[in-house]
Amino acid sequence: MQDLVEVTEAGLYCRQGDFFVDPWRPVPRAIITHAHADHARRGCGRYLCAAPGKLVLRSRMGGQAPIDVVRHGESILINGVRVSLHPAGHVLGSAQVRLEHGGTTWVVTGDYKLERDPTCAPFEPVRCDVLVTESTFGLPVYRWPSSEVIAADLDRWWRGNRDAGRTSVVLAYALGKAQRLAALVDPSIGPIVAHGAVMTMVEAYRASGVRLPPIDRVPPRARRVGGGRALVIAPPSVLGGSWLRLFGETSVAMASGWMTLRGVRRRRGFAQGFVVSDHADFPGLLAAIEASSARRVLVTHGFADPLARLLRERGLDAAPLATRFTGEASPDAVGVEEDDDPEAPASGTAPSPGADADAATAGIPGTAAE
Amino acid sequence: MRAFTDLFWQLDGTTRTSEKLEALVAYFRAAPPDDAACAIDVLSGGRQIRAVPTSLLRQWAAEVTGLPPWLVEESYAHVGDLAETLALILPDPAAPADEAAGANEADVGLARLMRTTIHSLRQETEARKREVVLATWRRLASRERIVWHKLLTGGCRVGVSRTLVARALAEVAGVEPAVMAHRLMGGDVVDGEAYRRLLAPQRHDADDRRPYPFFLASALDGAEGHDVASLGGVADWQAEWKWDGMRAQLVRRGSDVAVWSRGEELVNEAFPDIVAAGATLPAGTVLDGELLAVAGGRLLGFSMLSRRSGRRTVTRRLLEDIPCVFVAYDLLEERGEDLRGRPLHERRLRLEALVPTPFAAGTDAHGAGPPQVPSAIFLSPVVSAASWTDLGLLRAEARRRGVEGLMLKRRASPYGVGRTRGDWWKWKIEPLEIDAVLLYAQAGHGRRAGLHSDYTLGLWHEGRLVTVAKAYSGLADTEIVEVDRIVRATTLEKHGPVRICEPMLVFQLAFEAVSASTRHKSGVAVRFPRIVRWRRDKQPSEAGTLDDLRRMIPGGVPR
Repeated sequence: MQDLVEVTEAGLYCRQGDFFVDPWRPVPRAIITHAHADHARRGCGRYLCAAPGKLVLRSRMGGQAPIDVVRHGESILINGVRVSLHPAGHVLGSAQVRLEHGGTTWVVTGDYKLERDPTCAPFEPVRCDVLVTESTFGLPVYRWPSSEVIAADLDRWWRGNRDAGRTSVVLAYALGKAQRLAALVDPSIGPIVAHGAVMTMVEAYRASGVRLPPIDRVPPRARRVGGGRALVIAPPSVLGGSWLRLFGETSVAMASGWMTLRGVRRRRGFAQGFVVSDHADFPGLLAAIEASSARRVLVTHGFADPLARLLRERGLDAAPLATRFTGEASPDAVGVEEDDDPEAPASGTAPSPGADADAATAGIPGTAAE
Repeated sequence: MRAFTDLFWQLDGTTRTSEKLEALVAYFRAAPPDDAACAIDVLSGGRQIRAVPTSLLRQWAAEVTGLPPWLVEESYAHVGDLAETLALILPDPAAPADEAAGANEADVGLARLMRTTIHSLRQETEARKREVVLATWRRLASRERIVWHKLLTGGCRVGVSRTLVARALAEVAGVEPAVMAHRLMGGDVVDGEAYRRLLAPQRHDADDRRPYPFFLASALDGAEGHDVASLGGVADWQAEWKWDGMRAQLVRRGSDVAVWSRGEELVNEAFPDIVAAGATLPAGTVLDGELLAVAGGRLLGFSMLSRRSGRRTVTRRLLEDIPCVFVAYDLLEERGEDLRGRPLHERRLRLEALVPTPFAAGTDAHGAGPPQVPSAIFLSPVVSAASWTDLGLLRAEARRRGVEGLMLKRRASPYGVGRTRGDWWKWKIEPLEIDAVLLYAQAGHGRRAGLHSDYTLGLWHEGRLVTVAKAYSGLADTEIVEVDRIVRATTLEKHGPVRICEPMLVFQLAFEAVSASTRHKSGVAVRFPRIVRWRRDKQPSEAGTLDDLRRMIPGGVPR
C-alpha cells in the first residue's frame, strides 16, 4: 500500500488527499500543525488549522490568508482522506494531523510536548499505524523538570534579582514559550513586561480566550523600565542589540531545552539557563511513540538516526524520514527551537518541517533579523 | 560535598572574576580546614586519582538506565563531557534531596569523601565499586552527580586559575596575594593542619624549598595597541633571546637544591645534572631561567628536552645523549634576601656577578646559538641594539638561531607575580604558515562541547592528503558554528566523536617550528600548530604539500 505521507520538494505531501502538511513552499492546500515560522509559511492557497490556533495563525499569515478551521478531534474528508487534528500540547492551537485512508491511519505529530501547559490544550495520544514524529530532543540526556520546578526556579531567580534591584530578562520564543512562562511565574513578585514581538502573540492568545497575567508592552525609549523589579520577556534576537539597555542592570537568562547542557550555557555566556522546552523530552518522545501504538515510526528533525535505531532495537519498524535537511540539531541552534520573531521574514534558505529550519536563518541570537 | 558542589556551580555559572573570587572567599571562610585543603588541591589542578575507570561508569550507567551502550556513547559525543552525560541520563535520585535546606544526612565533607570514599574505592573490587557507585547515584541529584563523577574519575577541573585561588586565600588569611601565592607554590596543602599553617598571618620558614610565583610575559603582537613603538626608548629595556625550553626556577636553600617547573612541579629527578650544578651556588639563592637541551654545541630543541622532562628516573645514557643546561635570566633571592622588589638592572648586575657567562670564544657577540659551557648553569646573554629597528633585525634571525624571538624586560621593573602586563613582553618571530585541508573533526569540550572545533589537517603528498597536525580552532565563534554545520553535513565516516569529512575546507595553519619526527606518520612534527584563518578563497587542491612543510625544517630533513 502506498504511504499516506511522502517528502517532496515542497514538503510533506499526502498524494491521496492532494494536500501538504506544514509545506515549506507555497502550495494550494496546506494543513498547518502550528503557527511557528518553520511550519507555517505565507503564500499558500488555503490553510487548515485547529480552531484554537486560528488567531495566532492569522497574525502570522496576514489578514488576507484564507484559513479554514476544524475543532480538535473533528474529522473532515479531503479527497477521500479522513483528516482530523488532535492537540499536540506544543503551543496554542498546535495539532497532530491524523490521516485515514484505505484502512490505514497515519499521524504526523508536528512539534509536541507532554508537559502541562496552562496556555494550550494538553497532548492527546492518537492511535495509528504509522507515526511521523519529531525528535528535536531525542537523546536520553534531555529530560525536563516538571512545570512546578521550573516555576519555582523562575520565581526564585526573579525574586532574587528584584531584591538586588536588577531587572530579570528571560529570553524565550515570542509564540508559545513566552506566554507559557508568563502563565507559570508568580505575578505578585513584580510587573511583567514584554517585547513587542511577544506582545503581538500575547494579544492573539488573549483574543483566543487564554488567561494570562497582566503584561505591559515595553514602552519605546522607556528609561529604567520596571525600576529593576520587572520580569522582561523578550525573544532571543534582542541579545547583542541596544534594546536590553533600556533596563539598566539586568540578569539575562535563556529559557530553552538546550540549556540542559553546561557547555551550551557557558558558550552562550548565560549566567542562568532555564530548561524549558515546548518539545517533548526523550522520555516524552518514547511515551508518545508507545501511546500511539504505531508499528512503524518515521523520525524527523532532531536526533532522527539514534532514535530510529533505538526504536528498531525495540522491535519497531523505524527509520529517519529523509527530508532535505538531515543535519542534527546542534546545541548552537539554541535560537532555533522555535522561531524567533513574527516580524522576522520567514525566509528560509533552510525550510524544513522541523526545528532545524531556523538553524540556518537564526543561528546565533543577535544575528537574527529583527 | 554539598558546599563544594555549590562552589563548583557558582564558579561555573559566571565569567566574572569578581564573582568567582567572591564565591571562593565565601567557600574558604566557611569550609572546615580538611575540606578546604582538599578543595585547594582539586581547584589548583593537583594530581587527582581515577578511582573508577570511566569505561565501567558508562557500562553501569547503561545497565541502570536500560539504554544500549551505543546510545550512551552517542549522548557523550553530543554532550562532550562524560561526567555530565552520565549525570543527565541517570534516573532521578530515589528521595530528592532538599537542596535549599542543605539538610542531607548523607552529605559528607569533601575531605572525607575523597579519603574514605574515592581514594579507598580505587583499591576495591569491581563488584564493590559498582555497589558504591550505584548507591551514590540513587542518592545524588544531577548537579551533585556531575561534581562527584569528576572527583571519582580524577577529572575535576574548574575554570579558576591558581592565581585566583591564591587571591581568595590571601583575602581569607589577610596577607598579600603574592605571599599567599608563594606559600602555595610547591608544597601541597595535605590536610587541615597544613591549611591552618597556610592561613597563618606570620611569615613562614625561610629555609623551605619553595620557589617564587613565576612572573609571566605577555605577547607583544600588536594586539590592543601593544607593539615596540608603544614601549618608549629601547634603552629602557633589556632584551634577551626567548629560549625554546622549559621555564624553571632553581632554588638553593640550606643544603637543598630544588628545580621547579612552571607547572609548580618539582623536577629534580628529571634533571640530576642541574641539581648537581645548583649545589655549587651559595645557599639562599633563587634563579629564574630556562632549561635547555644542549649537546655538542647545539641546541637540541624542545622535543629532545621533553624526553628528559617527563622522566621520574633518568639513565646515564639519557644524561649523555641529552645533556641539559639552566640558562639563568633573573636572580630572585640572594643570600636569603628576596630581591623581587628591586629593579631589574640591579638584579641583573648581581646575577652577572654570581653566574658565569658561558659563551666561549667562537659564538657571536649576541650569544647566538649555543654555548660551550663548562658549567650546567650559565647566564642568559643580553642582546643589545641601539634602536628598535636594529633589535628587530636581530629578532628576524631568531629562527636560524634556534630561539623563538626576543624577550623584552623593562629595566626598572620589579619581578612581578603572574601575568601582569607592561613589564615583560615576549616578542616572538612571526610564525611559519601553510594552508592545510580539514580531514577530521572532533567535538570540543567545555565551552565548545558538542561543537566540532578540534581539527586534524592534512597536506598533499603523492596525490593524497596526509595528516600533519591537530589544531584547536582559532576561528571566531560564528565560524566554528558554521564549520560545525559543514562538518556534520559532509561527514563520510563517524568513529565515536571523530568525523572524517569530505576534504573541502582549507585553513591557514600557523606554527612555531617544524622538525623531523619518527613518531608521526608524516615524518614531521609541527610545534604549536593553530589555525589562524579560514581560507574560503582556496580549494583543497590549492593547499600546501608535505614537501613544502619539510623544506621548513632547519637544515632540511632526510626523506
